[in-house]
Amino acid sequence: MKVLVSGKVQGTVLKSKDAINFLGTVDKKTGIISDKNHELYQKSIKDVILVFPSGVGSSVGAYTIYSIKSNGSAPLAMICTKADLTVATGCALANIPLIILPDEKFDSITNGMKLTLDTDSSNPLQYQ
Amino acid sequence: MELTKEEESALKGEHGEIMQMAYRILVATGEATDAEKLVPIEWTHLSGVNYNTIGDAGEEFLSSISKDARVKVKTTLNPMGFDIDNVSNYGLDENFISKQLSIRNSYETMGVIPSFSCIPYEIFDIPKDGTQVAFAESNAAIHANSYDNLKTNKESAFSALASALTGKSPYSSLRKEDSPNVTIRMKVDNPNELTYGMLGFFAGKVGDTSVNISGLGAMDNRQCKAMCGGMGTSGTCAKFIFGEGDSETEKIDFDEKAMQNVHDELNTSEKGDIITLGSPQLGLEEISELAGKLKGRTFEKRCMIFTPRTVKEQARKIGYTNELERAGCEILSDCCTCLTPLINKDNVDAVTTNSIKGAFYLKNSNGVDVNLKSLSQIIEDETR
Repeated sequence: MKVLVSGKVQGTVLKSKDAINFLGTVDKKTGIISDKNHELYQKSIKDVILVFPSGVGSSVGAYTIYSIKSNGSAPLAMICTKADLTVATGCALANIPLIILPDEKFDSITNGMKLTLDTDSSNPLQYQ
Repeated sequence: MELTKEEESALKGEHGEIMQMAYRILVATGEATDAEKLVPIEWTHLSGVNYNTIGDAGEEFLSSISKDARVKVKTTLNPMGFDIDNVSNYGLDENFISKQLSIRNSYETMGVIPSFSCIPYEIFDIPKDGTQVAFAESNAAIHANSYDNLKTNKESAFSALASALTGKSPYSSLRKEDSPNVTIRMKVDNPNELTYGMLGFFAGKVGDTSVNISGLGAMDNRQCKAMCGGMGTSGTCAKFIFGEGDSETEKIDFDEKAMQNVHDELNTSEKGDIITLGSPQLGLEEISELAGKLKGRTFEKRCMIFTPRTVKEQARKIGYTNELERAGCEILSDCCTCLTPLINKDNVDAVTTNSIKGAFYLKNSNGVDVNLKSLSQIIEDETR
């Protein structure tokens, strides 16, 4: 496990097998995914632990992550399998905890699961 | 990544929110790129200036942090969306202009030099060999690493901004001795700047963080810039190493066929309605050469020329701008072909250019068709 942005949160998992392009496919005010072809179409990423493979697309998407946070519609934390600089810098700007998990750990997280994430703990990821 | 005590305390917020955010960005970037520590840098060059690319979210972010944030090292700035001296000629809406000016003010408030140029390596003095810098503009990062003996990551807008605020950057692979994953063998005869642009574009697609290039002859400034611009557009690679590489390295030929493939990908029209020169922006040497080539000739179409403000002022004193304007050129400072809102598909179907970087963004962001030609071909076909 790699900690890109540290923090401690508790919440419910919203998981997707699709990568997310934050620039243009996430509504900055509501946090709702507007891309019809995305698995999370019309779902809101507000106040969830967002679990997805990685970000894709323009690095300007980092500003979108910051906007979602400023508008109170951001995820509590993000968990990916691949570190990409758009999501890494976006979460860093917005102070949203972000960790990178190996595939098998990533696979063991399921939609709707309750998680506690504490990057400073010796057991950072706890399933409830 | 190992942090010093000082860096740890900044990350915890003991030096204020801005420093905490900047260190969060550096740590996230450093962890993502497997850097083991932060190193001091002496110069940063920021991208994320054009309202066309950063939008309302970027404008609001910069406006908010500029209340407290100040840069710690020399910091220069990429082009914005227009040239304030002639923006009224281009029908941009008021909202764009006011948001763009707000972005400019935010950067100036933070202490950034308002250079609005993508060729910092041509308009500022180059520090001594091996100096660590942090350049976000891709062509400038590649130029710095490959031709200027400087060291930089291919920074993002955010890592470069964080470096400007802290004076530090992750010690990632490009700052060390990098070993390229591939060697490109140049096999095209009689190359011009368009060829080198396509070579760069090709290399950027196959290179990881750096590539070896063999078989290059002497190159002029325009050709070097074209190669850096092409490579920065197509991938994540940020350094050319000139040579064959060792026997272990995979070898790929850039031959006529490979070049034709790049050409077919980017050239979508047989002719253009307007001509653009500069992406990267033209330096004084290129302006001088262009003025020479245009002696006694006039463009039969609109020709937009993009150059830094400082170069335009020098060119005016020497008399080049008179010569270029007489030949029908529109000279624009502070902006560039790439991602300018001044060219859009409502009034232009296709653009003729010698820039691979420009071609890529005109096609993908502005949505216009592109007709690729070398400068000498443009002058032959489009002037009389």
